[in-house]
Amino acid sequence: MTDAAEPLAPWGDLVADAIARVAAASDATELRRLDVELLGRGSALVAARAALASLSAPERREAGRALNQARADVEEALAVRRRELEAQERAARLEAERMDLTEVRPTRRRGHLHLVTQARDRLEDVFVGMGYQVAEGPEAETDWYNFEALNFPAGHPARNMYDTLYLELGPPESTLLRTHTSPVQIRVMEATTPPIYAVMPGRCYRQDTADASHLPNFHQIEGLVVDRRISFADLAGTLDAFTEAYFGTGIRSRLRPSYFPFTEPSAEFDITCVFCRGDGCRSCGRTGWLELGGCGMVHPNVFRAVGYDPDVWTGFAFGFGIDRMIAQRHGIDDLRELVTNDVRFLRQF
Amino acid sequence: MRLPLSWLRDFTPLDLPVDEVVATLNDLGLAIESLETVGEGLEGVVVARVLEITGIPGADRIRAVHVDPGTGTPVPVVCGAWNFGEGDLVPLATVGTVLPGGLEIKARRMKGAPSQGMLCAPDELGLPGSHDGILLLDEGAAPGTPLSEALGIRPDVVVELEINANRPDAMSVAGIARDLAARLGLPFAIPDPKVLFDDDVCSASVEVDDPVGCGRFVAQVLTGVTVGPSPAWLAHRLTLAGMRPINNVVDASNYVMLELGQPTHPYDRRRLSGGGLRVRRARPGETLVTLDGNERRLHGDDLVIGDAADRPVGIAGIMGGASSEIDATTTDVVLEAAWFDPLSISTSSRRLKLRSEASARFEKGCDWAGIDRAIARFCELLAPSGATPAGPRTEVVGRLPERPPVAVRTARVNQVLGTDLSDARIAGYLDPIGFTTAVVAEGTLDVELPSWRLDSSTEIDVIEEVARLHGYRAIAPTLPRSPFTGGLTPYQRDRRTVRQILAGAGADEAWSATFVSSDDLDRCLLDPRAAVVVTNPLVAAESLLRPSLLPGLVGALAGNARRRQTGVALFEVGHTFRRPPAGQQLPHEIEAMAYAAAGRAAGEAVTVWHLIADGLLLSDWSLEAATAPGLHPTRTAAVVVAGQTVGVVGEADPVVLAAHEIGERVAWLELDLGGLLAAPHGDRRYRPVSRFPSSDVDLAFEVDDATPAAAVADTLRRAGADLVADVALFDVYRGEQVASGRRSLAFTVRFQALDHTLTDDEVADARHRLVEAAEAAHRATLRS
Repeated sequence: MTDAAEPLAPWGDLVADAIARVAAASDATELRRLDVELLGRGSALVAARAALASLSAPERREAGRALNQARADVEEALAVRRRELEAQERAARLEAERMDLTEVRPTRRRGHLHLVTQARDRLEDVFVGMGYQVAEGPEAETDWYNFEALNFPAGHPARNMYDTLYLELGPPESTLLRTHTSPVQIRVMEATTPPIYAVMPGRCYRQDTADASHLPNFHQIEGLVVDRRISFADLAGTLDAFTEAYFGTGIRSRLRPSYFPFTEPSAEFDITCVFCRGDGCRSCGRTGWLELGGCGMVHPNVFRAVGYDPDVWTGFAFGFGIDRMIAQRHGIDDLRELVTNDVRFLRQF
Repeated sequence: MRLPLSWLRDFTPLDLPVDEVVATLNDLGLAIESLETVGEGLEGVVVARVLEITGIPGADRIRAVHVDPGTGTPVPVVCGAWNFGEGDLVPLATVGTVLPGGLEIKARRMKGAPSQGMLCAPDELGLPGSHDGILLLDEGAAPGTPLSEALGIRPDVVVELEINANRPDAMSVAGIARDLAARLGLPFAIPDPKVLFDDDVCSASVEVDDPVGCGRFVAQVLTGVTVGPSPAWLAHRLTLAGMRPINNVVDASNYVMLELGQPTHPYDRRRLSGGGLRVRRARPGETLVTLDGNERRLHGDDLVIGDAADRPVGIAGIMGGASSEIDATTTDVVLEAAWFDPLSISTSSRRLKLRSEASARFEKGCDWAGIDRAIARFCELLAPSGATPAGPRTEVVGRLPERPPVAVRTARVNQVLGTDLSDARIAGYLDPIGFTTAVVAEGTLDVELPSWRLDSSTEIDVIEEVARLHGYRAIAPTLPRSPFTGGLTPYQRDRRTVRQILAGAGADEAWSATFVSSDDLDRCLLDPRAAVVVTNPLVAAESLLRPSLLPGLVGALAGNARRRQTGVALFEVGHTFRRPPAGQQLPHEIEAMAYAAAGRAAGEAVTVWHLIADGLLLSDWSLEAATAPGLHPTRTAAVVVAGQTVGVVGEADPVVLAAHEIGERVAWLELDLGGLLAAPHGDRRYRPVSRFPSSDVDLAFEVDDATPAAAVADTLRRAGADLVADVALFDVYRGEQVASGRRSLAFTVRFQALDHTLTDDEVADARHRLVEAAEAAHRATLRS
């Protein structure tokens, strides 16, 4: 309202009153009622517009403008209040929906892969990254694949290193549960021609009483590389590269002379103790090293068994137990925990 | 093998800190399993004579002992051991002594009796032996003598070595010393025994019937033997090496074996009928009581030693017989030293389940050329007891392995090892360990193989020796490059997918044993006769191979239930085995995958199957009502993929659950992963998606209970041809509204065309076709 609109002063009061009532409206219904009352057909503003006709032209123009302004002000007040009330309602509705998300009890859970599977997958992935294939073979094997072709002739004392479980199939002691994953080496070499870069994970068996550090069924992973001019230095380098990729930076491997009929020279391979990183601790018997597995250069007799010329091809093989490695890594004192199938164990990993 | 490091110095002037010796041994492939320090902390321990033993009032386990520690003044000691008497010589730890275990001896009172020292058991002194009683000392040491002096003990380190099957030489102190000396560049020599043989006195006759099994046999008679305890130094070395001293004759034999690696066997000559020996194969059924007191039943392939009257007196190379054992009355000894075929010894030893220090050496291959030295050393050791070696010595030589020299190519050495060694370097590694080299042409060495390294016979064997002496760690690592892009096979990738689907479905992965018992199979209603039998299981529970994952997983659910873990869902991927058809050697072995959920009905297993089929993008599959052993007779279906049955789905049989004391239903799915993944899957062509509106029509049919819902849905889908976008079963009803033996199946059918909006007439026509088809194919009636 301008003070120039002196003749319209009564409208000023009316508008101020209307705005006050709109602002005080407590809900949408009241607001709709006010809308009709203040701006509808029977409202004072409509009546005033009708009364304009009795005024002179300049007065009418002046009063008309004032009247339009008054109507706009009331409409604006109604809109503002409507938005306020809507916001309040939405807030109230949302507040009513408020939820403590920590109350939620999950109705579904994800299962866990067995620790052995997880380790096996990771090992496979490391070797796949190094350009290796993953090969598998049967767990029930013939003497040929498990021993004979691997340079363990019948009666060889080294066969006593393996407490073999035999199966009642074929002639006595001709069929057995593989004592290592090495028969897969023979199967791979029989099926393909070099070069070969392969790892062979799988379950193996020994006639062993289950105790904290032995299981009659256990898992190994084995690697085989056959190519021209493969050397012992390549074996050492491959194990170093694998060790670092799998166990982490700063973990190295070392080789010590050992004996396996199917490799020569043969070696045990140790890795830097993953707990003390070589300083010496209880886990590594203060040596700074953990024993991991066995390895060596493929014995010429093994190549002869599969029809490879040992003067053309050389190769190396390595292998280690997965179960013991993960037991050590996760601080599992008793290997039997791995086979209890207790969900309180399975769900930890 | 237990090795006191001090013994090495008899052969090489080893003067290195212990940790360097240990590191060198490890590096040579003589792995150290344990290490103990002996003979330290004995400074305050003296020889004392027991003067008087009296009881202590109120104490029934301990006694008051007065000993004389050589000072003339009796010392009171309270002692809890009862294995000694007045007049005995015992070790006394005087007050102030700190024993090897860290115990400090203090003056104290026990039950009022004063105790000024401690009488010690062997273990308390850090000596081999038990804690059963006080160490009793031989007469001869004066009271007051330091114990270490009386026992000839100097501080020493004993290491336990793990000797590989290809190191027969390292089964002896001298052999280990040779290796160490070679690596360290030290001189090495085995001293020649100083013995005078008195010929033409008496001999033992020797016959060898089996020149292959026994390549060399020597018998040496010794007369004038006085059997008694060994000298303290010898007994102490044997003890440190882990052997119990018995008497001077047996001890000398054992000492020679430990020192030189040659087992020998002493017989009491008077107890050998005919005074001679004969090597032959055993007669079937022949028995013999061995030195350990057990009767052994022999096999026709076992090599035995008989006396001249053909009575068996020992199992060759494994263990002697009790009948000719040396005892206190023995005066004449026949010493046997022989070379036996390693394969014969290992075969007999395995068959008899009898291993000895001797068999462990013979089966690796002993040194036939070292036999004479071993006999001389035995005689030398026994000489102080008055034993005279009599002669002539009798000897039979049979067939010994041929040991032609090996040509070693320097280029091959370097190629296999990845090194760059010269002829001279290689010779420098080999000569000190007895592999005598001669350069025949540049780049080729002629290598004579030592008789103590029977394991070595080819070029690669010699290359291994070069690597060992050069040092594995001296070979610089190189990384070969694979010419391949590595990867998993499609099968291996899909197997990972299946595992992830099952984990996503809430199942935890189990790992159950491959072995089952006949009872396990019975409990699961599986036929044990179809299972593969393990010939030599350790326990009955491991006597069969699992024909199914059912016993393992149901057992695991039962185990979890017992530990109050309910609602457990497990899955497993593993091999299962069935007997092969006749004429086939290997069993029918497959990789199976199974899912088991406690507290869930068949529907859950079917849902999981759907997740797998969908996850693998499997197109052609169906479930067909079936029965399977171990599974619920009316809630089981075969999983048929591309026309092949690849598994079963449903619930475990209530009988199986009762047998496992499982009180809730168990949903079950088992698949042959190989069969499943061999079916076409995964690789699909794009099918266009309609952009036009669809119309849904609900159709409820009443059909026989025996009519599979899947078959009705399939009929609807076919009848609608390309106008049906989807058929979904949304309700199944049995009850008053439908005839008995029948049920209502309600489907929502979504009609949609690819290229236009369907008219009402088109939808009505299509609906009509669907209803007619269902009615015609399945005796279905449309419910309104």
